[in-house]
Amino acid sequence: MQLAVWTYEGPPHVGAMRVATAMKGLHYVLHAPQGDTYADLLFTMIERRGQRPPVTYTTFEARDLGKDTAQIFQDAAREAVTRFNPQAIIVGASCTAELIQDDPGGLAEAMGLSIPAIPLELPSYQRKEHWGAAETFYQIVRHLADKSVVREPREGRKARANILGPTALGFRHRDDLVEIRRILDTLGVEVNLVAPLGASPAEIARIGAADFNIVLYPEIADEASRWLEKNFAQPAVRTVPIGVGATRAFIAEVAELAGADPTPALGDTSSRMPWWSRSVDSTYLTGKRVFIFGDATHAAAAARIAREELGFEVCGLGCYNREFARVIRAEAAACGVEPLITDDHLVVEDAIAAACPELVLGTQMERHIAKRLGLPCAVISAPVHVQDFPARHSPQMGFEGANVIFDTWVHPLVMGLEEHLLTMFREDFEFADEHGASHLAAHSPKAVRAPALSEAPVADIPAPAAATAPAEGSLWTPEAERELKKIPFFVRGKARRNTEVYAAAEGIARIELETLYDAKAHYAR
Amino acid sequence: MLRERGQREVFCGLTGIIWLHRKMQDAFFLVVGSRTCAHLLQSAAGVMIFAEPRFATAIMEERDLAGMADAQEELDRVVTRLLERRPDIKTLFLVGSCPSEVIKLDLAKAAQRLGAQYMPRVRILNYTGSGIETTFTQGEDTCLAALVPVMPQAEPNADKQLLIVGSLPDIVEDQFLRLFAELGIQNVGVLPARNSRDLPSLGANTRYILAQPFLAETAMALEDRGAKRIDAMFPFGAEGTSDWLAAAAREFGVDEATIERVLAPGRERANKALGKLRGELAGKRISFLPDSQLEVPLARFLQNELGMELVEVGTPYLHRAHMARELAHFADDVRLSEGQHVERQLDRVRADKPDITVCGLGLANPLEGEGFTTKWAIELVFSPIHGFDQAADLAELFARPLRRRDRLEV
Repeated sequence: MQLAVWTYEGPPHVGAMRVATAMKGLHYVLHAPQGDTYADLLFTMIERRGQRPPVTYTTFEARDLGKDTAQIFQDAAREAVTRFNPQAIIVGASCTAELIQDDPGGLAEAMGLSIPAIPLELPSYQRKEHWGAAETFYQIVRHLADKSVVREPREGRKARANILGPTALGFRHRDDLVEIRRILDTLGVEVNLVAPLGASPAEIARIGAADFNIVLYPEIADEASRWLEKNFAQPAVRTVPIGVGATRAFIAEVAELAGADPTPALGDTSSRMPWWSRSVDSTYLTGKRVFIFGDATHAAAAARIAREELGFEVCGLGCYNREFARVIRAEAAACGVEPLITDDHLVVEDAIAAACPELVLGTQMERHIAKRLGLPCAVISAPVHVQDFPARHSPQMGFEGANVIFDTWVHPLVMGLEEHLLTMFREDFEFADEHGASHLAAHSPKAVRAPALSEAPVADIPAPAAATAPAEGSLWTPEAERELKKIPFFVRGKARRNTEVYAAAEGIARIELETLYDAKAHYAR
Repeated sequence: MLRERGQREVFCGLTGIIWLHRKMQDAFFLVVGSRTCAHLLQSAAGVMIFAEPRFATAIMEERDLAGMADAQEELDRVVTRLLERRPDIKTLFLVGSCPSEVIKLDLAKAAQRLGAQYMPRVRILNYTGSGIETTFTQGEDTCLAALVPVMPQAEPNADKQLLIVGSLPDIVEDQFLRLFAELGIQNVGVLPARNSRDLPSLGANTRYILAQPFLAETAMALEDRGAKRIDAMFPFGAEGTSDWLAAAAREFGVDEATIERVLAPGRERANKALGKLRGELAGKRISFLPDSQLEVPLARFLQNELGMELVEVGTPYLHRAHMARELAHFADDVRLSEGQHVERQLDRVRADKPDITVCGLGLANPLEGEGFTTKWAIELVFSPIHGFDQAADLAELFARPLRRRDRLEV
């Protein structure tokens, strides 16, 4: 057993959901207990999707276990096919259903459906979310790719590529895709297929028609691309275009496979990051110590950008997905640091505390850790929260991605000039360290508050000692003041102001408990 | 009354940990489950940033599934590590999950064995929050039911005691305690207590009143120890709160004049504040999808006090006896449903076209995407909504989505 508060990855069936939700015309029939539908809200809330994920859960309960859970599965599958009319279904089990051994694959096959039913074996007690997504995508491609659809000779036609890897709930996948399409457009390369994102089973059948594959997210598309390499002789572009240097390398690689001239794409005038990084205001960034953690692809890319494009010093580098540890080991060697391969957030926290970085680049977990340690932080990798599925265009890939990355990483740091002033006037009572940077007013100051102690019910509290009494001349009775303190801090100020305004209007000289609630009722909408 | 089976779009009882661990400040909740369980807790609590959260998951791995003895040893190891790390823990709940139930991992036995080792410093209890056994707020029910056997025995000749059952926000709990004090009822306990080692006593002299509608098992456990239930409406709105307080007061022999004197100011405040929202809500049609078992009393409040029209009131489970006084207010044409077949229920929402639909976060945005106005149900569990002085806040939760719909021009 592993003791965990936070987990970097969900279970593998969540990875399968990410693939199913990304696609069109595919439905996932998942054998799972009541409650596992919580995963729907990752898509509807965090990613803000306006449709339910295409997943039917059997949601069996204890009373079903003595009976035929296999029948429940088949009924659910039949009903899903009738209601949603998909081109294909994927079937599998969540961690609990894995234990009751119903074999969804076999059960679906026995039903003799008129559409493909692709069985998924996702070992929940060994593997995790990214592996589940990769395995699901691989099985879908393997089952649906039409072996008779192969690329015709290149004479007189444009080169064709598949873009593989974008899914639902992927960190910036939506906008990365826009940038990649733009690069391919400039190079005169046609997109045969994007998958899983936006692809239908019928379109997956034509995956063999492309000349080569672009593996945008190795964590998800690596396995499928290697199978395609073997079965359709499609080479793959494996350079991930995050950062200016990586984007240039990516363009060169695609141009070579496509037989195209890379010059127009390389000359993209939207690439501002190199100049921003060279301008004198960025001088103070030189040698800033940065700690990087995330999925291997994003963490390794971030380390290269930090070192070669922003002039930071990488003082820590790691990833949580062991499957891609090799990538991180190589990059860590280049940075001269020990690679950190772990899925235990406590280990990451200790490593960050020990490294004393000036900036943390990581996931939602590292945001928590950085907040606790009072360190600036930017997000570079999943898992992320709702604010990292932004409304505005914010890719990580391509030249625009590099622009976004420059702004995002530099923003949490105190601005160059201000940093100098803060150092110069360190004793200035209005301009102190813990006030944070002036442009980060919305962020809470670094002041560490002791955890609130339990308050016994008022009935048990003796009359307050003088020490806890409100200041001399206060309008508030001690009892009302105590009640006010029970209101959450973020609305307390408003409650205080409203009550005082109300008291003044009513000619009340002393604010009692009743006054507080009378005011509350008065201001109720 | 419609009873449905099929896909249920609900949380499991583990979700109760999200508010229970804030309520019981010296307790720690250790889920014994899979990565899915850890992922659920994180998805539900991920927005809160704690120095040291008071819940965690012991994630079972392949080797734990190989043999039972091994799993018990692993559990000992994890608990030992946890208690070393967190010496401040006074009560540790081992929380069962679907995987632990299915492999029949005996957490009760583990709690006993570990309890013997760690008492008196740490009390170790066990309950289930698994999806196969519990829906959402039932996780609080199973947790509180596990506390009942360790509540101290009241003296046989002890004074009659009132016990408020169900976790309430601190501010609401304090309001109720003040009102009971004003009514002259001095001997009042709450379950859960803010410190889990501070449990009120219990015996034949105990009269308990449910503050929450989802406490069937806890009620049974209390009855088994001789306590008797005070039948009342649930304390939502002016009407429900009055009924709830008055029922308790009458049980303790408080005269009607005193009851009226004590309740009147709060009731009037609530009515005054509700009056401002009635214009926005009166005549609006509302449907509830099943979530927390709060649906029936909330529907009664919205119908009686704000003039809303109930279309469908879905609840995951209906306790007829506990709900009797609420159900008596429902018009004959209200469609009451228990359980769920989510696809058919959504078909009904589409056919009914209610003005507002109360549902979970997995359905809210998709329904909004179809042009429906929704109120996400979980907020009703995470906000102070009981009592006189929260009545308008409760109504506001329903008025706001409608007001927003009318305000937005894009």
